[in-house]
Amino acid sequence: MALLSNSAVLLGKELRTEFRSRELLTTTLVFILTIVVLFSFTFDPSVSESRRFGPGLLWLAFLFAASLMLQPGFLREQNNDTLSALRLSVSDPFAIFLAKLVANAIFLLVTEMLLLPIFAVLYNVHILAVFPQLVLVFFLGSVGVAIPGTAFSAISAQARMRELMLPVLLLPLLTPVLIASTEATAALLAEKPELRVDWLGFLAGFDVVFLTALWLFGEYLLEE
Amino acid sequence: MTSPSFSPTGIRFEDIDKRYGGVYALRRVSLEIAAGECVVFAGRNGSGKTTLLRIAARLARPSSGSVSLVSNRGEKGETLLTPGFVAHATMVYDELTAEENLLLFARLQGIAEPAARAATLLREVGLEERRKTLVRTFSRGMRQRVAIARALLSEPAVILLDEPATGLDPQGVNWFAQTIRGFRDSGRTILMSLHGESEVSNLASRAVQLDAGSVVADTRTGANIRSILSFANA
Repeated sequence: MALLSNSAVLLGKELRTEFRSRELLTTTLVFILTIVVLFSFTFDPSVSESRRFGPGLLWLAFLFAASLMLQPGFLREQNNDTLSALRLSVSDPFAIFLAKLVANAIFLLVTEMLLLPIFAVLYNVHILAVFPQLVLVFFLGSVGVAIPGTAFSAISAQARMRELMLPVLLLPLLTPVLIASTEATAALLAEKPELRVDWLGFLAGFDVVFLTALWLFGEYLLEE
Repeated sequence: MTSPSFSPTGIRFEDIDKRYGGVYALRRVSLEIAAGECVVFAGRNGSGKTTLLRIAARLARPSSGSVSLVSNRGEKGETLLTPGFVAHATMVYDELTAEENLLLFARLQGIAEPAARAATLLREVGLEERRKTLVRTFSRGMRQRVAIARALLSEPAVILLDEPATGLDPQGVNWFAQTIRGFRDSGRTILMSLHGESEVSNLASRAVQLDAGSVVADTRTGANIRSILSFANA
């Protein structure tokens, strides 16, 4: 119970500080919007082309946005050594990770939901009929990005070349999540939409495995 | 400060080594600090003062050896309260108000009636009027006051201070010295690292000099304490 209550308190702090600064959401939203609009004008895609490469483009944009969004998670805790204060205060260090990964997943999901209608208009794809299924795919994909992203954000924050470290560690590891998310999104945007349970199962499995690993070994990532 | 509700607690370092790669930050440090002692650690930069305090706070794990809190009743170990820790870095959030910072850490520590505890501490450190102000607008001295209040939330019996007066103006140092005197007089055990003699260091009842991670001097005599403080940081 202490784990959940500590996580809830810390999640409240994460949301409050982001609401005040709007640093992460503004940056990533502008970045992701630029990519989607730029590609739309460059290729002027037809409906069939959009269905073919739209999902890949969308998830690539999400990935770059995530790497921007995840970096400050633990870096901000270093400014005043607040991470030490958190470690002294929580009974289970996993609460720090849990709060940060939930916050990261929420921020990523909000960005995706804001971008989705713009993507639909610019790329001529119909999303209304499959919107709930798309939300499910985006949720599992975002959690899949947020879990290892949060863990590596903790590692890279203590490294010398921290800006370089996170993408180098994270991008290869996220390749399976990107493939599964892209395939599941493509199936939903196809002429005959289909919810690919195999890819969803893969995403859920990835999330469970990495969440368990973080729960077991997260404490060591915070040690000096 | 309010009357203490803690059990007097000492701290025991047993044969502590701390290595970062092949470099020793601490080498075979053994110290027995009795409940209520006010100990100042002196030494040049890199002598191991901060590492020792962070190990005492359980923020760092020793490579070998052990550290334990020991109450006057003979209890020993992890079940005793975590020490209060104040460092040069304030360990509070700039984007939150003074009150929000204290409420956050009080809730994380599971303190009963966090709002009342935060209000009491803000009054004690003289920030009641500024409780709704964002910490980022505070001066260095005011931030350290919030840091002190945060460290006192759980009424710790042991207070660890890692160069906390660095960067404070003379009034700030004076306030800080008064505060530490209050801790000492209430029976708390205080471990602090300092650079040179000051109003704060004059409160010490014992001085331990560290050099290259090892204890090279340990005294409870007033003249020797001053001597260690002036030589160690020269």
